[in-house]
Amino acid sequence: MTSHGSLRRVAIVTGVRTPFAKAGTLFKSLSAIELGRLCVAELIQRTNLNGSDVDAVVFGTVVQSVQAPNIAREVSLMPLLGKTVDAWSVSRACASANQAIADAADQIALGHMDCVIAGGAESLSNVPILHSPAFADVLMAANKAKNISQKLGAFSKVRPKDLVPVAPAIAEPTTGESMGQSAEKMAKLNGISREEQDEFALRSHRLAAAGLRDGRLAAEMFPVYVPPRFEKIATTDNGVREDSTLEALSALKPVFDKRYGSVTAGNASPLTDGAAAVLLMSEEKAAALGYQPIGYIRSYASAAVDPGEQLLQAPVLAAPKALQRAGLTLRDIDLVEMHEAFAAQVLSNLRGFESPMWAERAGLSQPIGEVDRAKLNVMGGSLSIGHPFGATGARVTTTLCNELTRRGGQFGLLTVCAAGGLGFAMVIERA
Amino acid sequence: MTAIDTTPRAITMQVEDGIAVLTFDLPGSPVNVFSAAVQLELRASFAAIQRDPAIKASVLLSGKRENFIAGADIEAFLAFRVAEDAEKACRQGHADFQEMADGKPLVCAIHGACLGGGTELMLAAHWRIATDSPKTAISLPEVQLGLIPGAGGTQRLPALIGLQAALDMILTGKTIRAKKALQLGLVDEIVHPSILRRVAVQRAQELAAGTRRHEAKPKGASEMLLDENPIGRAIVFRKAKEGVLSKTKGLYPAPLAALDAVAAGYSSDGDGYQTEARLFGELSMTPESQELVFLFFATTALKRDMGVDDLTDLPKALPISRLGILGAGFMGAGIASVASPAGTIVRMKDADVTRVGKGLAAVREVMRDKLVKKQVTRPQFDDLMLSVSGTTDYTGFGNADLVIEAVFEDLQVKHQVLREIEGVVPARAIIASNTSTIPIARIASASARPERVLGMHFFSPVHKMPLLEIITHPGNDRQVVVSAVAYGRKLGKTVIVVRDGPGFYANRVLSPYVNAAGLLLDEGVSIEAIDEALVKFGFPVGPITLVDEVGLDVATKAGAIVAEAFGARMAPNESIQRVIRAGRLGRKGKRGFYEYDDAGKKGGVDSSVYELLPTGQKRATETAARIVQRCVYAMLNEAVLCLEDGILRSPRDGDIGAVFGIGFPPFRGGPFRFIDRTGADAVVATLDALEREFPGRYQAAAMLRAMAAQGGRFYPAHGKPV
Repeated sequence: MTSHGSLRRVAIVTGVRTPFAKAGTLFKSLSAIELGRLCVAELIQRTNLNGSDVDAVVFGTVVQSVQAPNIAREVSLMPLLGKTVDAWSVSRACASANQAIADAADQIALGHMDCVIAGGAESLSNVPILHSPAFADVLMAANKAKNISQKLGAFSKVRPKDLVPVAPAIAEPTTGESMGQSAEKMAKLNGISREEQDEFALRSHRLAAAGLRDGRLAAEMFPVYVPPRFEKIATTDNGVREDSTLEALSALKPVFDKRYGSVTAGNASPLTDGAAAVLLMSEEKAAALGYQPIGYIRSYASAAVDPGEQLLQAPVLAAPKALQRAGLTLRDIDLVEMHEAFAAQVLSNLRGFESPMWAERAGLSQPIGEVDRAKLNVMGGSLSIGHPFGATGARVTTTLCNELTRRGGQFGLLTVCAAGGLGFAMVIERA
Repeated sequence: MTAIDTTPRAITMQVEDGIAVLTFDLPGSPVNVFSAAVQLELRASFAAIQRDPAIKASVLLSGKRENFIAGADIEAFLAFRVAEDAEKACRQGHADFQEMADGKPLVCAIHGACLGGGTELMLAAHWRIATDSPKTAISLPEVQLGLIPGAGGTQRLPALIGLQAALDMILTGKTIRAKKALQLGLVDEIVHPSILRRVAVQRAQELAAGTRRHEAKPKGASEMLLDENPIGRAIVFRKAKEGVLSKTKGLYPAPLAALDAVAAGYSSDGDGYQTEARLFGELSMTPESQELVFLFFATTALKRDMGVDDLTDLPKALPISRLGILGAGFMGAGIASVASPAGTIVRMKDADVTRVGKGLAAVREVMRDKLVKKQVTRPQFDDLMLSVSGTTDYTGFGNADLVIEAVFEDLQVKHQVLREIEGVVPARAIIASNTSTIPIARIASASARPERVLGMHFFSPVHKMPLLEIITHPGNDRQVVVSAVAYGRKLGKTVIVVRDGPGFYANRVLSPYVNAAGLLLDEGVSIEAIDEALVKFGFPVGPITLVDEVGLDVATKAGAIVAEAFGARMAPNESIQRVIRAGRLGRKGKRGFYEYDDAGKKGGVDSSVYELLPTGQKRATETAARIVQRCVYAMLNEAVLCLEDGILRSPRDGDIGAVFGIGFPPFRGGPFRFIDRTGADAVVATLDALEREFPGRYQAAAMLRAMAAQGGRFYPAHGKPV
């Protein structure tokens, strides 16, 4: 049974993204909304799409703007689309763009919509810095004050420590465990060595560098001219290190467990700014407008695990569900794109695919199986390319479709792990 | 028995609860204007209001959607034969508005444009309400027609908003939006359009009941110090006069007359209203005003001209919502910066990302200016910028309705990009060349769809220069022409359509003018003398400065093309050739005839340039009058030749093209108006004399000679000129 079996087939017309830039570098001055707008505008330009054909924009972001929490609406309110295109935002941590694509696909499959732009954006250079709760109380009280003396009275309660700003942490609210600590724990639980992790990170950089060099990876991005002077122009992912070596990687100190740890800055994905979007249409609409889609959505699925256990292991449960809905097994899959939050996480996920214990948890009689490394992340992944949380899902989808087309494969599988113990998987069918 | 008057009325009255609501809705016109007939109706209505004891107060509003009152009917001005006629009309206006001011309370409810006489009427009312709509704009634009407000504006405005603010409006004709009007005290309150009428009626009730009185806005410190005493006012007037003289170089009498009229209102012995009427009358007879009024009619008429002569089944303009621009340089970016605010989605292509980035930066400069001047909000600014994107390939061109190429002026290059464009754009797309010199037919010869190829010659800097010269060739599809004209207007441009030929119109008439200036340089006349003479004549900059601005390379390239086509009279002069050979390109290279600092700011004449000229440091003298004659008459004659050759479709287009495209002094109307005013015979006589001195350069156009022989003119001597 395919998830959209009795419904309309959903075409991925194309995808495009900004180059990914390490936080604090080229896109420092751009908000997630601005990155998202640039990306969607370019998607419309490249596809020669008429704004009036678009039914909705679905967008994901993780670190939301306090002023404009519905990023999809801010993105959709652009001259290329007009003011009457529906828009909603989704949040599924690092799988937010995947959820945006899934939402859009559902609307199309159901026949509610014909053409939807889905994607995500993230600016980790611009995270909102908050006041402490104590200072926030003072500000609220001062706001309600009816006269100057009340106002001054409110501020007289401020203590120096109240003025220390609060920055959001990449940590689980329920467990207090940071993402890195979780990855560190997973490495230990699954017996992933430091060497294995560094080797995988190196592989990621080398494959990404090759993809940039031969133009396969470059084809999915467009140059971003950075205002106000437009002299800084992002033309490529700036986190990919062509000259990376195992020696250099192994020299890095573990960050989260200084004594027994193995997760380093070199085998973890960097904080990244960027945006990515895909154009989805019903098969009929795409044909009517004369588009040659880059792929079709065959199925998708999501799953969750206890965040206190193995935070990033849920793809192991989501993948078999998606495969089952697609009526396929791992053997049918020609290409796998697995989001690389940490090398330890990718290797844990892969081990989970092969594990009878995880098979049992997934309700399977036997494990999904071993992923052929020749089919895995063939142009690198988030470790090297970078990982703007909200955008990664759309990037992975585009990369998978394009490469599947290039290789002439039939089916592709993508998985994305996400904070909160969430996991997402999608099966793509070649056009 | 008298016949029943069935003429539709402009003013209708409705009485509700003792308040007379007057609605001004001029039949058959998109805007309300005052004519003698309307004034008569208005007078009768107000007389009826004063007579009727049941009416306590009145409200005046407009029945038009986005216009309150556009002022006086300018056509009525043409009936004035002598100054006294105009003066008399002013006195009538004074009397009418004074009756309103002295009568029962009147509330003006203003939505949309409120200009000239409309503003003066409003000033005579007892309460003014404006809507907060962006369409609401109040101004006294009379100086732009070489006139002054003639219905009490110079008297009532300073009394209401203070001397300095009033002079600012009267001397510039600037537009005041609702919010600013409230700050100035020009209106008493601003409301949403949907409650305008209700609030206006309520205020009329309150004024009638005496529960509300109009109170003057409290005065600011500078007003107290300067406006409220004779010494302070003298300072204000002196400063204002200095400002006017530096801006107009003394060439425009109206702003100075406006100062006199306002001053008369403060003087104890003079009558301000009488002075205003007298000066209005005098100004109406000045050539300056008559030519500015001509330009008003000419531009109005031009707006209705779709650029094609065959009007049978005139095709509708194609919508242009996506624009492709080739070349992100100064021109390309300039075009993008006017297309985006017109609501167009723009894709700008250049060879590499650095050039594209520079183009985007240039667009941003223009948009930022709008943001700083509060013409747009920050989100609007963001949208304007997002509407313009760059590319180094042809992505985004597949949906283009129009592509404008602004690449290097070289026929081979133009042919190549034309073929490339045609390979990617839809068949419906119009392709325009922004060439300033290469004949369009020659460019179109490489096209698979030559009927869709035409010229759109923008002037630099595009966001500031009002003219767009559209060049058609005989093979053009009429719909293509109509669409280009409509789009040019959407960009806010004054559009003239000219026929194909070397230099088209603007550059062709400019060439002999610049050449004449170059010949003066050859003879050793100083750069200052040449430029100053033509600035005094009324050009915004002199011809040598112009060459520096345009770039010597561009100027000589254009010069060579017309010289090749027209021979002796366009033969290039020696001086400019020598300067360019020395590697001086003008402002863009920061070296030319003038000095430029590192920021590109122009200084004085670069005296080292004389070393390059034929006479070296030896200066010859020539009178300003002769300099003007030699340069301007070459241009006048060339303009007539353009009409004779069919490049121009009418003298009107020639005048508008010269004024809006190359800075021909507006108060002189344009080359054809100048000839009419001077007399064709006198112009021919001058040309003949110049031709004897400079053989081959001043051969009077046959058309002009025939006109001189028959005493003909380009425009009718009386009545509406166009």
